[in-house]
Amino acid sequence: MKFGVVIFPGSNCDYDTFYVLKGVLKQESLLLWHKEHNLKNVDCVILPGGFSYGDYLRSGAIAKFSPLMQEVKEFALKGGLVLGICNGFQVLLELGLLPGAMLRNKSLKFLCQHVWLRVENSKTPFTNKTRKGQVLKIPIAHYDGNYFAPPQTLQELKRNNQLVFRYCDAKGELSEEANVNGSVESIAGLMNTEGNVMGMMPHPERASELILGSEDGRFIFESVINYLKS
Amino acid sequence: MRGCLTVKVRILVSLKDIVLDPQGQTVKNALHTLGYDFVNDVRQGKVFELELEGISRQQAEKAIVEISDKVLANPIIEKFSWQILD
Repeated sequence: MKFGVVIFPGSNCDYDTFYVLKGVLKQESLLLWHKEHNLKNVDCVILPGGFSYGDYLRSGAIAKFSPLMQEVKEFALKGGLVLGICNGFQVLLELGLLPGAMLRNKSLKFLCQHVWLRVENSKTPFTNKTRKGQVLKIPIAHYDGNYFAPPQTLQELKRNNQLVFRYCDAKGELSEEANVNGSVESIAGLMNTEGNVMGMMPHPERASELILGSEDGRFIFESVINYLKS
Repeated sequence: MRGCLTVKVRILVSLKDIVLDPQGQTVKNALHTLGYDFVNDVRQGKVFELELEGISRQQAEKAIVEISDKVLANPIIEKFSWQILD
């Protein structure tokens, strides 16, 4: 199985993500330049974190027009696995592959800290190595991570079990304090109705080696590997 | 060329009313601190000024709506209005 990490001008978490996949998890991985029209037969596409196009206009707004996104969209519509991390999540929202949109953090502060996430759905290609209710410690680093969806969309997300992660405290409890960026219903990550595309604001690639303070990010990558193996 | 002109258009993009605007709130609070306590609400948005050339007014109006809807605004959270500047 092969992983592809897309690079946009301004992406800065591409190499960290590639390193975790290749160096830590020993998976065949490639970097995919946004201008190419070739996904090189990867089994999972990752849109990494960073500031694609400087977050000009809106985060992810211009990256969605990158040439490679045509192939990524087709790949996703055919059921291919796509994981969007932070800016990657923003691109998926702008592309319409995931519902909703990102707003400026409620506190108007750039948040760079470890947070706790509660797994809301462990039956996904991205969380099958976890159990529902499990608490993961993964860092965030964002200014525009305040997830918004209109009430009707929210109802559908809940009805279809599309919510994957929520911000919580260390004990797994939801609270206004734990919901650091003000996201509606403390949503930190969600997937599409088919379950093959997921976006999350926290950075699992920054929590895949114990030396960085947490290895909980590995669960996400290992779940994908587990899913692709079966 | 007949029917083709230079069209200048001003497009305003702002957050929809159902969306919280903390930046607008921050500006409002600052105004209150300065004594403008009669300012009830502030919403912050963006202004785009486009110059279009070589197309008809009709084509321009169609393009402005498409550009605003597909690029300049995110229709989930933003609304837009536009005005051709004479």
